[in-house]
Amino acid sequence: MAMEYYRPTTIKEALQLYQQLSYAGKNPAYMSGGTEIVTLSRFHLFQAASLIDLTHIPETRVHDVDGNHLVLGASLTLNEISEKNGFPLLAVTASRVADHTTRNHITLGGNISGKIIYKEAILPLLVSDSLLLIASFEGLKTVPIHAVFHKEPHLSPGEWVVQVLTEKNAVDRPFFSVKKRKIDVIDYPLLTLTAIKVDGKLRVAISGLCDFPFRSVAMEQVLNDPSRPVSARIIEALKVIPGDVRNDWIASAEYRRFVLQTTLEEMYAALGGM
Amino acid sequence: MLHVGSLEKVRLNINGHNRWVTIKASERLIDVLRNRLGYTGCKPGCLNGDCGACTVLVDGVPMKSCMMLAPQVVGKAITTIEGLEGTDVQKAFIEHNAFQCGYCTPGFIMNIEGLLAKHRHADEAIIEDWLQSNICRCTSYQEMKAAIQDVLHKRDQNHEELE
Amino acid sequence: MLANIEAMMTLPSHKSLEEPSFLNHFSVHALPLEARWERLVIVISHVFKHTHLMTLFFWQKRVMRVEWVGQNVIRKDAWDKVTGRAKFAADTMTMDTLFAALVTSPYAHAKILQVDVSQAEAVPGVIKVVTGEDIDILVGEGIRDRPILAKDKVRYYGEPIAVVIADSPDTARLAAPFVKAAFLPLPVVNSPQEAIQAQAPLVHEHLDTYYTPKHLRPIPGTNIAHHVKIRKGEADKKLPSCPVIYESRVSFPPSDHCAMETRTATVEIRPDGTVCVESSSQVPFIIKSLFSELFDIPQDKIVVTTPLVGGGYGGKSAVQLEFIAYIASRAVGGQKVMLTNRREEDFVTSPVHIGLDATVTIGCDDTGRFIAMKISYLFDGGAYSDKAVDICRAAAIDCTGPYRVDHVFCDAYCLYTNHPYPTAFRGFGHPELTYAVERCIDGLAEKLAMDPTVLRKKNLIQPGDTTPTQSLLNKSRIGNLTACLEKVKALIRWDEGDRIETENHTIRAKGVSCFWKTSNIGPNVSSGALLVFNKDGTVHLDCGVVEIGTGSRSVLAQIAAERLGIDVKDIHVDMTIKTTTTPEHYKTVASRGLWMAGRAVLRAADDALSQLFQIASQVLRVSPDDLRAEGGFIFYKHEPRKRLSFRELAHGYRYPNGNTIGGQVIGRGSFVLPKLTFLDPDTGKGDPGPDWTVGAEAVEVEFNPKDDTYKILRAACVIDAGTIINPMYAEGQVRGGMHMGLSFASREGFVFTKDGIVMNNQFRTYKVLRYGENPEYLVDFVQTPSMETAYGLRGIGEHGVIGMPAALAASLSKASGVFINELPIIPELIWRLKRGR
Ligand SMILES: Cc1cc2nc3c(=O)[nH]c(=O)nc-3n(C[C@H](O)[C@H](O)[C@H](O)COP(=O)(O)OP(=O)(O)OC[C@H]3O[C@@H](n4cnc5c(N)ncnc54)[C@H](O)[C@@H]3O)c2cc1C
Ligand code: FES
Ligand code: FES
Repeated sequence: MAMEYYRPTTIKEALQLYQQLSYAGKNPAYMSGGTEIVTLSRFHLFQAASLIDLTHIPETRVHDVDGNHLVLGASLTLNEISEKNGFPLLAVTASRVADHTTRNHITLGGNISGKIIYKEAILPLLVSDSLLLIASFEGLKTVPIHAVFHKEPHLSPGEWVVQVLTEKNAVDRPFFSVKKRKIDVIDYPLLTLTAIKVDGKLRVAISGLCDFPFRSVAMEQVLNDPSRPVSARIIEALKVIPGDVRNDWIASAEYRRFVLQTTLEEMYAALGGM
Repeated sequence: MLHVGSLEKVRLNINGHNRWVTIKASERLIDVLRNRLGYTGCKPGCLNGDCGACTVLVDGVPMKSCMMLAPQVVGKAITTIEGLEGTDVQKAFIEHNAFQCGYCTPGFIMNIEGLLAKHRHADEAIIEDWLQSNICRCTSYQEMKAAIQDVLHKRDQNHEELE
Repeated sequence: MLANIEAMMTLPSHKSLEEPSFLNHFSVHALPLEARWERLVIVISHVFKHTHLMTLFFWQKRVMRVEWVGQNVIRKDAWDKVTGRAKFAADTMTMDTLFAALVTSPYAHAKILQVDVSQAEAVPGVIKVVTGEDIDILVGEGIRDRPILAKDKVRYYGEPIAVVIADSPDTARLAAPFVKAAFLPLPVVNSPQEAIQAQAPLVHEHLDTYYTPKHLRPIPGTNIAHHVKIRKGEADKKLPSCPVIYESRVSFPPSDHCAMETRTATVEIRPDGTVCVESSSQVPFIIKSLFSELFDIPQDKIVVTTPLVGGGYGGKSAVQLEFIAYIASRAVGGQKVMLTNRREEDFVTSPVHIGLDATVTIGCDDTGRFIAMKISYLFDGGAYSDKAVDICRAAAIDCTGPYRVDHVFCDAYCLYTNHPYPTAFRGFGHPELTYAVERCIDGLAEKLAMDPTVLRKKNLIQPGDTTPTQSLLNKSRIGNLTACLEKVKALIRWDEGDRIETENHTIRAKGVSCFWKTSNIGPNVSSGALLVFNKDGTVHLDCGVVEIGTGSRSVLAQIAAERLGIDVKDIHVDMTIKTTTTPEHYKTVASRGLWMAGRAVLRAADDALSQLFQIASQVLRVSPDDLRAEGGFIFYKHEPRKRLSFRELAHGYRYPNGNTIGGQVIGRGSFVLPKLTFLDPDTGKGDPGPDWTVGAEAVEVEFNPKDDTYKILRAACVIDAGTIINPMYAEGQVRGGMHMGLSFASREGFVFTKDGIVMNNQFRTYKVLRYGENPEYLVDFVQTPSMETAYGLRGIGEHGVIGMPAALAASLSKASGVFINELPIIPELIWRLKRGR
């Protein structure tokens, strides 16, 4: 299939390209690391006639503190984020995605925007109420991640993530991050759980358990319920999982619930009950 | 802005040489290296990013050439196994029996070259993290571990001698 | 015989890997041949002054023979492999090559209603699409039950139904989904247990119409492809009356070899009818004979080339893509067609590692002495019987494991299922049978409240005992398993305790397994070798052993160097096999490379030496039997200064006046395993193999009872390897085998849906051990020389794998308190077993 490649160097250029290529019927798509694009293309699950590579746009390469926020460019690779360690929870969580070499490809923007359901790098952003800087035809806009991300990212055609902004004090909170796999060190997660403690309250986000990564208010309420002992909270939390627990050939739902239970126990052990 | 059309001649910097080659924008780096330029040391093991047999260095960083489109590396420096000349890692692989069939070997060696360039004194945790990107089906990895430790050890010795 | 005794007397003790002795060794051998020779002469004359003549005889040998056997000589393909120069089958693309891609079945069992190729053929760049309808022969190594491309129905998920031929690999791949096939799904046979049920759907309805060799016994109207019976003593009668009886069942699904190089075959048919095949194969000579038989081509018109192979482990001993590429080439007027598996196809379309469902019952007396065993092996033979029938037989032959059992009753069935079909996998039936038997022994030990190593030791098979097929054993044939078990116990520190609770609330536990294996590769298979001399006295060694990673071709050069008395670096070994000129080695499987080709090389060396002696005797005017060869010279025994170099003799000796005698020296040797017999169909009695390699293995794990996860800490293996030619590579083979066994046991195995679809046909989802997940490997050897092989070596290529699954399961059973009888042992399995599910 004929396909073209574009490498813009400004945000504006990228947006213009998207518009022009759309009009020209060249079905454009943004690309960062390209790993998901290549993976899905192998099975004809990704169609685009033109690719717009975002990784040479300076704003997407930023790793900086801007006033109250840590700013991470969407084109930073997961390894760059781990090595710079500006956001320890994200650094650790990202360092368990895929394998080391692949993390030289995978970008923050690509990981959270992709179709593959795990998107582990989004978990720290969910618990720390990060903001996304989004490029759209109307201009740049900063929006809370919860406004855009529900089960998957909801971006309008042509929109893309330029940066992730996280409040400085959220970045340095005590955290817990664990990835549980079927057996291997390199695998998709049975579940990845990240948690931080803010004002004595736990915030928890989970990937792999359901068909989408999530942070659940209902679950956090139960987990933070001071009227119950920790063991009872865990049992209750298992009842309010915001979706069907995956039950497939990788693991049974029952086993996944068991893994969640032991992981929550570990989380309390690490961060304290209350 | 760089634009690579659906079929276009581009210049790639490979092992320090400028190579002009006609590529499809949709073509993967591994296919360009192997089929168009003859760098067959770069091995397909899965073409899915899982095995590391296709690893090359891009600006000194190990990358899986099956997970990249060729246009992505325009303007970057690529090193393939053919670009190495009798390095310590290659010698150590031989001395420690770190390969059998040799199919995974170029990928592992490129990854290790990238590793040792970045971490002069890599500890076992770093080595593990990096090397888990590749699969070898013949050896037990114990041999590779010995090879890497040997290289690091000799480096330290040389270093001391210099000081 | 004499040669062997000599060899044994002059062997260096085995060197450990911690001190890579080849480094020191290289410095010695950096000396030019001449200089080294002078050294030897000095040593000899020194000895001569002080010793009796008889001792001199042995001293001479000691000094001179010790050169290459037992040394860590670096393999010949080393530099090519670390520089990316090594060429594998898919690395050579020529301009005249067309490329093929497979279209495979999305169903495990379905009637093919229609295959429409028109859309695919319309894709620009596509030359042709071939389907099963275009071919009317059936293939198979034993029973010919397999269409080259599926016809009428598909019998497994991933089965090839068509092949697209195009001008580029991409185009072929792109066009493949445009082949539109319509299917009518059929009920699926999803396990060997299901297959053997009376009312099971039939995988092959016309079993009676297939060509079947005499020794195989498929049963039409059932899914039974083969049934092997072993009847020794009166197990039926004795078992029920045994004081202690223990029965256990094991099962595990098919899995894969996962060679990192996926399979490739390229075929071209020349205008004169010559068929040229290039293949990543362990069996180039079988390709030749099968092509000849099936397509009726004279053998001289078939040229099979095999370059370096990127891992085999048995997986590349099946002939499959070669047939498809041949059909494809034929369809495009004989043009060269290359067919390379994608990883997804290599996993399921091409042959896999066999699955098993087994029940073992052991009866013993109160002291634990085995009396009788009853064994049922139900092998998952998959959709086509190819090699599965032979794996079934191999498992039956060694069905009891390495124990003395006087009364044996074994039924081994090879069953058709709607699963990918198996071929040889490292160990050929033995990791599988060992899992079944050793688990039962562990269960029995628990019942008897005995230490599992004590129970095993009590029953280990010894010289003087007979095997299940009633072969009588002697020391050369069976080696010393008791010594292996003792050594492995020491390595794993068994006596410190096999279950220890740690301060971190984890449990460290150990398990052991013994194993044995003979290789019943058939009584009439041959291995040949050629030593072709160059003018300068260097030698070119050729033999049919494929370089699949074992280093065998290089180690054979060590054997040749030893015998010829020249420097191993003066022996050139080409890594490519070409069946027109390379002497045949039946198959590079079954740990028989050095075993058989080693003998062939010795014979070739002796043949070359006799030619050299012949010429030298004329020049030196002495009798040939007064000559000796050492250090690249032929010299007169009684007056060592009278000598001629190989260089002066290799292409004939030229006198000063120009007269020349002799010609190019070409040593040739070949070898066939002697005295093997077919098995009796009713009792299994017979002599299936020349010897058994035996060993013992152990594993130590650290188990976390809280979440049922574990880490494999250490794994140990002690094999009676006979004489070790190259310690570094021998240990590497064993470690690699252990590693593969642990990977298989801990995480590998296909997951099938209820419809027989394989869910994990990528490394993303099919897991193998990665760097750092491996335990520390401890390898040691016992060395009881074999009397039949070159310098007393034994086959060890496969054996490291055999006991690992059983030892891992034993350690985890001990740790978790549940009897683990399935594979792979993932934490969820233990979790499930603990809850009785
Ligand atoms: C070997 C391997 C192992 C893996 N293991 C894991 C794992 O353990 N856990 C896990 O979570 N994932 C895993 N993945 C999946 C991986 O997460 C995705 O392939 C990856 O996150 C995509 O990132 P990328 O930068 O390569 O994105 P791309 O492939 O470039 O893009 C992915 C998608 O996002 C869009 N996109 C890219 N950048 C932006 C942007 N800035 N704004 C908006 N949209 C954008 C693209 O249009 C595309 O649709 C694995 C992948 C591989 C190859
Ligand atoms: S071929 Fe690229 S990772 Fe396997
Ligand atoms: S050496 Fe064969 S796969 Fe690594």
